[in-house]
Amino acid sequence: MLKLNKRDTLLFVIVTALVLLAPFILNPFPQGSSMAQMFNAGYPDLMQRFVIFGILVIGFNILFGLTGYLSFGHAAFLGIGSYAAVWMFKLLSMNIIPAIILSMIVAGIFSLLIGYVSLRRSGIYFSILTLAFAQMSYNLAYSVLGNPASNYNLTNGETGLQLALNDPRILDGAAAANGALPVTNLFGLAMRDSFDWNIGGWLFTFNAGYYVAGILMLLSFYISIRIFRSPFGMMLRAVKSNQQRMNYTGLNTKPYTLAAFVISGMYAGLAGGLLSSMDPLAGAERMHWTASGEIVIMAILGGVGTLIGPIVGAGFNEYFKNILSKINDGVLHQWLSFLPDGLENFIVGILHYFVGKGWHLTLGLLFMMVIVFLPGGLVEGGQKLAKLFKRKKADTPDSKNTPAE
Amino acid sequence: MGILEVKNVGKRFGGLQALGDVNLSIAENSVHAIIGPNGAGKSTLLNCLVGKLIPDTGSVTFDGQSVLGRKPFEINQMGISRVFQTPEIFGDLSVLENMLIPCFAKRDGAFHLSAFKAMLDDKEIVERALHMLEEMNMVDKQDMHAAALSRGDKRRLEIGMCLSQEPRLLLLDEPTAGMARADTNNTIDLLKQISDERDITIAIIEHDMHVVFSLAQRITVLAQGTPLVEDTPDNIKGHPKVREAYLGETQTV
Repeated sequence: MLKLNKRDTLLFVIVTALVLLAPFILNPFPQGSSMAQMFNAGYPDLMQRFVIFGILVIGFNILFGLTGYLSFGHAAFLGIGSYAAVWMFKLLSMNIIPAIILSMIVAGIFSLLIGYVSLRRSGIYFSILTLAFAQMSYNLAYSVLGNPASNYNLTNGETGLQLALNDPRILDGAAAANGALPVTNLFGLAMRDSFDWNIGGWLFTFNAGYYVAGILMLLSFYISIRIFRSPFGMMLRAVKSNQQRMNYTGLNTKPYTLAAFVISGMYAGLAGGLLSSMDPLAGAERMHWTASGEIVIMAILGGVGTLIGPIVGAGFNEYFKNILSKINDGVLHQWLSFLPDGLENFIVGILHYFVGKGWHLTLGLLFMMVIVFLPGGLVEGGQKLAKLFKRKKADTPDSKNTPAE
Repeated sequence: MGILEVKNVGKRFGGLQALGDVNLSIAENSVHAIIGPNGAGKSTLLNCLVGKLIPDTGSVTFDGQSVLGRKPFEINQMGISRVFQTPEIFGDLSVLENMLIPCFAKRDGAFHLSAFKAMLDDKEIVERALHMLEEMNMVDKQDMHAAALSRGDKRRLEIGMCLSQEPRLLLLDEPTAGMARADTNNTIDLLKQISDERDITIAIIEHDMHVVFSLAQRITVLAQGTPLVEDTPDNIKGHPKVREAYLGETQTV
């Protein structure tokens, strides 16, 4: 199906089902229960982030996973895409199609330039070069090109680029007539429109923006599978494996790595454009080096060089970030109320540093544990579990005819 | 005129004159060995032929075209393939994929962006790769990780990868270094078979005299960066200057 082999088709069907059914899967607890408050993740804003960061990391994985070139500046392309999209909303139309197309094109041009220079070096020097370019972009956006007093205010600095009532919006300027800011839409379907379905105690929210981003993520995922299985994808893995042999096999490694860099930059641009499409506000902090680091972390968490890893990593990171930052001392006291008071206070006092504002600490520990015990990321964990399960199955009397190893 | 012509090539590294004034002509469809003691400049010469080093003086022409100033991948596309001292293969890839890559490089050139076609659907390339694996007796290992192959198999795979590009000149840098005797003999047989069955020129740099005298039709002896003598194996064996410079007075070959 879809020109994929059996295993890839199965994978794609599973991911498609997960994306389409996410509003149910992420809301397992009835509305209003304390569990729902804590663990439900089926609200539009968070679900959008799941799939948009999924796109970002899928693209990053095409570069890092296949060629082994670790870019430490991919957030720059995310930010550039965001700005490009908001400019399109300001100047042309609130329809997200031109915005997304422009953000991909602009991110592609930037990644071509940055990639051309950075790819002259490999290994740690490549990473440092991309980091330097990303920080330069960040500073350009934060101050140089963002001075509201100058005529060249491209980014609006610290405040961030946002819509205004007097923006030209050549194609649909009339929308601002009632004095409210227009909303981003896809041919009239507003991104923030949601359909709520109340059934039993449950509330499921189907958000237009989520489904638009989700379908684009599925498309991105499909393209990434095709790239992985193509001769081009094999050449990229060959770059990671042995550049010397590639050169002596008559292959020019440079255009291969540059093509991978530009493709992954355009994925990041798409993700940035989508972030702006969901909420038309672009700030420089999206390009900060910590944001680039987070992309690397998500890729490694999920499993570098695997097809599904990026999606798993992005989902894991966003989900736990959300949950951990919601837990506060009050919640902890409620959970531990069965303990004697002294002990309860003591434990809450310690856990205090790991939740709420301290969520970085827990996520960092989780990340360390994954790196130490599952160097192949969460996907490797899944494979190990599957193997264990298979072995257990093989031990049952049904299969005693299978030859011993 | 030979397929590869090296004229007055010199290369200096700081104060060291690695190659003095090398003249070498390798005849088409022959097996030509270059031998010499350590530090004689064998590897420097080889690196000048494949574009890794650029000589300070002189010229290197392959089939009438200069190779100087061209990058390794360009020289490879001209028809020169190189086998390394330690097998250089794609360890992370499967054996079949290792063989597919040179087949794609031969047909599609140095860069070809085909990102949406499944590589295994390219019947022409897959057939060619499988055919080559068959010739190398490695079809049963096609799904193995190349890094998991034995040393001898890695060498066979590397030679097969080079051959699948149908090069006109095959350069081998000590192809049997560090091999057990049995593997060495297998490699000799393989190279003999290749040179008998194909229109191919083989240039081989080697330490192992057994390998050199079983394969080569002509031998160049290099010492201190200059060719000492070039002749047939029989004449080289008895040559007094060679014995003195390289084989040692007492050693019998």
